[in-house]
Amino acid sequence: MKKLLLISAAVCAMPFASAQAQSAYDKMMKAGFEAKGQAGLDRINQDATQKFCSDAKNLTDEKTGAKRAEIEKINMATIKQPSDGKYIGDWKSGERIAQSGRGATWTDKPDSAVGGGCYNCHQINKAEISHGNIGPSLWNYGKMRGYSKEVVEYTWGRISNSKAYNACSNMPRFAHFKLLNEKQMQDVMALLLDPQSPVNK
Amino acid sequence: MDKRIAYGIVIASFAFLQACTSPTKSEAPKAAAPAAAPSGSATDEIARYRAMIADGNPADLYEAAGEEIWKKPMGPKNVSLQKCDLGKGPGVVKGASAELPRYFKDTNKVQDLESRLVTCMVRLQGYDANEIITAGFEKGKRKDVEAVVAYVVANSKGMPIKVSIKHPKEKEMYELGKKSFFFQGGPMDFSCASCHAENGKRIRLQDLPNITEQKGAALGWGYWPAYRVSSGNFWTMQRRLNDCYRQQRFPEPVYISDNTIALSMYMAYTGNGGTVETPGLKR
Repeated sequence: MKKLLLISAAVCAMPFASAQAQSAYDKMMKAGFEAKGQAGLDRINQDATQKFCSDAKNLTDEKTGAKRAEIEKINMATIKQPSDGKYIGDWKSGERIAQSGRGATWTDKPDSAVGGGCYNCHQINKAEISHGNIGPSLWNYGKMRGYSKEVVEYTWGRISNSKAYNACSNMPRFAHFKLLNEKQMQDVMALLLDPQSPVNK
Repeated sequence: MDKRIAYGIVIASFAFLQACTSPTKSEAPKAAAPAAAPSGSATDEIARYRAMIADGNPADLYEAAGEEIWKKPMGPKNVSLQKCDLGKGPGVVKGASAELPRYFKDTNKVQDLESRLVTCMVRLQGYDANEIITAGFEKGKRKDVEAVVAYVVANSKGMPIKVSIKHPKEKEMYELGKKSFFFQGGPMDFSCASCHAENGKRIRLQDLPNITEQKGAALGWGYWPAYRVSSGNFWTMQRRLNDCYRQQRFPEPVYISDNTIALSMYMAYTGNGGTVETPGLKR
């Protein structure tokens, strides 16, 4: 009987202990930041996707299939097609957006344009040799995949909310968090999918 | 063709250097500012950079100022920092920063170099902690903390990073820091791990150390604090982390908050065995 009591006490203590550890972390985070400029404290309130992807295991473990699929579904539901039905804008403007990594920090003016920061992580136009490699190369993006409706809609979705396709993709959710507006997205789309864009030469 | 590529790399690196320069760029201390030539072409700037490296690390100037501040009686109590215990006994500077962060019995806290210096300035000299915490980088008494940091870290140069997590509070800080390293937030979903958890990655042309492994952590931890050429000033580890969070699009980390110390603990412990190269010299 005594043993049983001990075991049940231990079992009861377990979830309590983990809740306590959680709160120590939350407390530390809450005390650890201050709102500054446009960067409010709401930025450390995580949504379901951010929570899931903050667990190092989930970044690499393929076994979390059901939860991954659920996260991807939530994100897929946020994707909106362009209101004017237009997917392809001006690739020259798209190139400028892809070059700029500015915006959304506490030192940026709240109304200043946010760049796509695309070259930070991707090779795009080969003429730009200063490119990162966190994401795949997008050189010849349209030329290699073709310009079909499926490719165009997939690319729109991927820029809008990359987490709809890969729950813990490193790519920001540009439409979901309103980092880029519709016009800017159309221009970035053109950089990748206008046959006249240097990317497809 | 090869020449064109090489030239392109030079221009591109410079463009990146400029792009990453904080718009709130602060002025370099007068002594450290190289002849203020009218900022010209990219090649001029690169030449300026090379000249600086050839001349030695401008962090030396901060180091000299820091040593003076360490030894000079100051503050409401008019005493020096020479009895400050950085973990190896009162007044011991040699090798101290190689073993930080660590647990301190007198505060019952794990502290990094900067939070420990603030403790000494408060307890020994009578300064107000809050004033230092809210001052901002290079402002008020914080400026003295930064100089003393340069002095202290130079006294561990060449030694192995040797941080312990034997004390339960140290272990706890390490675990909290590891969690923070992977914590995603902000409108871009970034965490430290977004850029620093894989080998061979770059942002533009800037190599990113994989801080989850010993080698990368030693590269990241071992070379900071550093003199940063692109902003023309000395950056402590707290300032380095502050700017990481800015670029992550997070709100501003509170100076010497537990979260910043926890992250430091995670990085330092992961980098154990690597060499302290501080003060470093960064682009």
